[in-house]
Amino acid sequence: MSTVEDKKQTAQDWEPNIVGFACNWCTYAGADLAGLSRMQYPPNVKLIRVPCSGRTNPQFVLRAFQKGADAVLVAGCHPGDCHYSTGNYFTRRRYLLMQRLLEYMGIDPRRFQARWISGSEAPKFRDVVTQMSEEVKALGPNKKLREEL
Amino acid sequence: MKYGFYPGCSLHGTGIEYGMSTTVVAKKLDINLVEIPDWNCCGASSAHNTDPLLAKALPARNLALAEQYGLNDIAIPCAACYQRLKMSELAVQKEETREEISEIIEMNLKGKARARSILEVFSNDLSEERIREEVVKPLTGLKVACYYGCLLVKPPEVAIDSTEHPLMMDRIITTLGGTPVEWDYKTECCGGALSLTRVDAAVMMTAKILHYAKLAGADCIATPCPLCTSNLDMRQKAAEKALGISINLPVYYFTELMGTAFGIAPNELGLDKHFVEAKSLLQNISAPAGQ
Amino acid sequence: MKRIGVFVCHCGTNIANTVHCDQVAEVAKDFPGVVYSCDYKYMCAEPGQQLIQDAVREHNLDGYVVAACSPRMHEPTFRKCAERAGLNPYMIEQVNIREQCSWVHADKEKGTEKSIDLLRMAVAKARKNEPLSSSTIPVTKRALVIGAGIAGIQTAIDIADNGFQVTLLDREHSIGGRMAQVDKTFPTLDCSACILTPKMVEAAQHPNIEMVTYAEVTAVDGFVGNFDVTIRKKARYVDFDKCTGCGACQEKCPKKVSSEFEMGLGPRKAIYVPFPQAVPNKPVIDAEHCRYLLDGKCGVCKKICPTEAVDYEQKDEVIVERYGSIVVATGFDQFDISKYEEYGAGRYPDVITGLHLERLMNASGPTAGKIKRPSDGKVPEKIVFIKCVGSRDEAKGRPYCSKACCMYVAKHATLIKEKMPQSKSYIFYMDVRTGGKSYEEFYKRTQEQYDGQYIRGRVSKIFQVGDKLIVRGEDSLIGRPVEIEADLVVLAAGMEPRADAVALARTLGISYDQHGWYTEAHPKLQPIETHTAGIYLAGVCQGPKDIPESVAQASAAAVKATGLLSKGELTSEAMIAECNEAVCAGCGLCISVCPYKAIEKKKVSERVHGQMKERVVAVVNPGLCQGCGACTVNCPSSAMNINGFTNEQILAEVDALCQR
Repeated sequence: MSTVEDKKQTAQDWEPNIVGFACNWCTYAGADLAGLSRMQYPPNVKLIRVPCSGRTNPQFVLRAFQKGADAVLVAGCHPGDCHYSTGNYFTRRRYLLMQRLLEYMGIDPRRFQARWISGSEAPKFRDVVTQMSEEVKALGPNKKLREEL
Repeated sequence: MKYGFYPGCSLHGTGIEYGMSTTVVAKKLDINLVEIPDWNCCGASSAHNTDPLLAKALPARNLALAEQYGLNDIAIPCAACYQRLKMSELAVQKEETREEISEIIEMNLKGKARARSILEVFSNDLSEERIREEVVKPLTGLKVACYYGCLLVKPPEVAIDSTEHPLMMDRIITTLGGTPVEWDYKTECCGGALSLTRVDAAVMMTAKILHYAKLAGADCIATPCPLCTSNLDMRQKAAEKALGISINLPVYYFTELMGTAFGIAPNELGLDKHFVEAKSLLQNISAPAGQ
Repeated sequence: MKRIGVFVCHCGTNIANTVHCDQVAEVAKDFPGVVYSCDYKYMCAEPGQQLIQDAVREHNLDGYVVAACSPRMHEPTFRKCAERAGLNPYMIEQVNIREQCSWVHADKEKGTEKSIDLLRMAVAKARKNEPLSSSTIPVTKRALVIGAGIAGIQTAIDIADNGFQVTLLDREHSIGGRMAQVDKTFPTLDCSACILTPKMVEAAQHPNIEMVTYAEVTAVDGFVGNFDVTIRKKARYVDFDKCTGCGACQEKCPKKVSSEFEMGLGPRKAIYVPFPQAVPNKPVIDAEHCRYLLDGKCGVCKKICPTEAVDYEQKDEVIVERYGSIVVATGFDQFDISKYEEYGAGRYPDVITGLHLERLMNASGPTAGKIKRPSDGKVPEKIVFIKCVGSRDEAKGRPYCSKACCMYVAKHATLIKEKMPQSKSYIFYMDVRTGGKSYEEFYKRTQEQYDGQYIRGRVSKIFQVGDKLIVRGEDSLIGRPVEIEADLVVLAAGMEPRADAVALARTLGISYDQHGWYTEAHPKLQPIETHTAGIYLAGVCQGPKDIPESVAQASAAAVKATGLLSKGELTSEAMIAECNEAVCAGCGLCISVCPYKAIEKKKVSERVHGQMKERVVAVVNPGLCQGCGACTVNCPSSAMNINGFTNEQILAEVDALCQR
């Protein structure tokens, strides 16, 4: 874990570490399509595949911040397009609330995003990831909720 | 029943008989119309053609005044005034807009006041029985083409009745003992907006309405709108010329017909203020009612 | 600790170009649990798979991770490979370093770094993998088809021909549906009845088809393979075993009712067969209008019946039947044109719909095939058609295209010209959409040979002057208003879902869109399936279609249903929810979020302080659960978990990603 400290030395070199939760049916497929289309984006977001964005337990998000993630992205099908009919409606409600809670706890809302990216929206995936990487890079490392701080 | 009353400019000018008849008819029906103190122009139609914000703010001041005096239901005879106030009422339901407008008019707007057309008040807030109670001279045999114009029924969000086939006035006429005719020009444009700039076009539009009312077998036309009335009444001579036929259809405010059926004297209703002679028709039909 | 192997794929140069695959494999050797790691050019090719299998045996691996393309591409391949190596297929993980790494990052060092992170994540997950297995469920080899229009009939015949029992159910008392009302069909102009009635008879006589008409589905329990369907058979007041269909009762019945089949253009009796070719061709009594059933007077039909088939005492009958699969083919309602007040629809008798015109043109219709206007029986000369009435109109809540109208209007215009050469048809249109085999050619013929005058623009108003209907619209190609004095106006009313479509969807547990059309599992690749396993869609209930499309979908639904029935038993998903009964508090919050009704409560007994106690816990039905995981997040005590995506596995992934 000492490497994290080393990497934060200069703001210029520092790259954020962003954990992404992507639903298997839409966003993960959209990310694959971005690859097939050879779109380029920063390597900061790493996706964890989940069956549905509604599978993403808020506990996972808190754990990511606790273990040192600089931002978290939860992404799934557009509301109405859920592979499981209703999963992303729960995600939407849950994460509106969660974003407020995190903000209350001092985490900039830009560090926690819930987005809808369909399997055909490769450009949107690229744009969301690029924008988030840039914004979080500008914000600097997250210090809130981290267990080693 | 108590309502805020917004007369607007027409009721002091071209539509003076609308104001006269509304006031006496309301009194007969125990409707207390309290004129909103210090009311101002509704903005029609210059304001909404020039500045959307002004178009909302001008009527909003009247809404705010009504609120202040606890007159949350505003009865409005003029169709154009109704539409402007209703548009403003709907706009200020949005918190953002309400705050913006409140700042402009320097009054605290709560968004509680409701703009109501006087036609809607007579038709919805009173039972048919209540109106029938006052009828002493039923309009038996009088065939009326009820002409609603556009402002009360379009766009759909401000409509007091069906946008294409409204029936409120038809029902009142039936209650008064008259016969509304079935016709299809109820909501066609009278050419009001062109009445000063393109008189030729306006006359043709008015002429069509008059022509179809005639074809439908009407003896007269009833309207709830001062602008429509002035077009249909004042331009009827020009329309006759354009069509090359005689029309001779008196154009009444529906309140004048109510007043007549209630037995109110013609001059109290302003029946002497029409372009197309309007008194004799009603005298003739009212006569057999006494039997 | 589990012994994990790591296999890094080059994918030729696809990965190796921007990722140091050898370095990745080398670093992985230090990950906890990894006992073997290597890289290779093509892991998915036969030699690559052989390499994996050899390594599993040689190093006694409990599981492995393949760093390669997307698991959406090759996960099944590597799972099978694991099986061949003697491992449980769910003991492996595949990590995506191609689509989500090498192809999207040009910087080789950064790509390598990200690959290592992703691989660490996958290894952490793989260490917590457990062997999973699917369970099996027996299948009831019988299908139910709801709705017996052309789609339902076709489905039933196809399933029956494949050797399975089918129940063909309709709420009307004859099968045939909308197509039975149609006079002729486009683009061939063959008579609808001539092609439909043989199919109706075939369905009725097929040894594998049981026809249940005048009946409705009221409840559906169970799940794929074993649906328990409650069916209410409405009382017909006629004993079909005794009735010979002689028709004497219909003739003598004194009560005339406006006929639904004839769109209100003609009468029927209170005891009636809806149309001459009806199947079954035996009458029922309409209890709402029958004089005897209403006030005990009359009884003529009972007196006249030579076989004593009339039975006023008959009651509705409720039965419960078990089916392996269900096909929904409930069709559509015609858009209610009275919502277009500007067209005077509902006020002017001569403003009618396409379906009315079908009846007016039909030889067995109310006018015996002579086109006469409903108001005065006059033969119309000028006929105006208006397209997109209740289609492509957001203001009316119907933004979609009803698809069949462009063609049926062309058909009407053609047939009218054939029947009445002196007539003239004007067709107001927004666009002409004639996608379909021989459709465009048909439309062209309507214009060129049958004198159909197409006017591009909307109609703003229709009003009556004398006995003419004045149609006022716009010709947007010349930018002028137009007015036509018509004798008859035909509105091409669009299709809308059945008024009770949503209620049936809820009964069946299938989803529907904002309009009420039933939603297919995937708009392109699963247009027949619903999200509910074992329930399939055929015909217009899924969205507007014409006859050929409905028939094609019907046959497809039959294949799907047959495929399911032909299996002796069903394998359920392996990666599904499981309840840890030890910590489950029985609150039932999981039940409320489950889209598949897959969770139920059950009672368990356990010994507490020497006493047997009963408590309630949740139990997942493996036949229904699809593994979405909604229940896991809603569970306050974390008793719910998804096998293969457990809380522990995902947390391990999070930890691994953050640990750099």
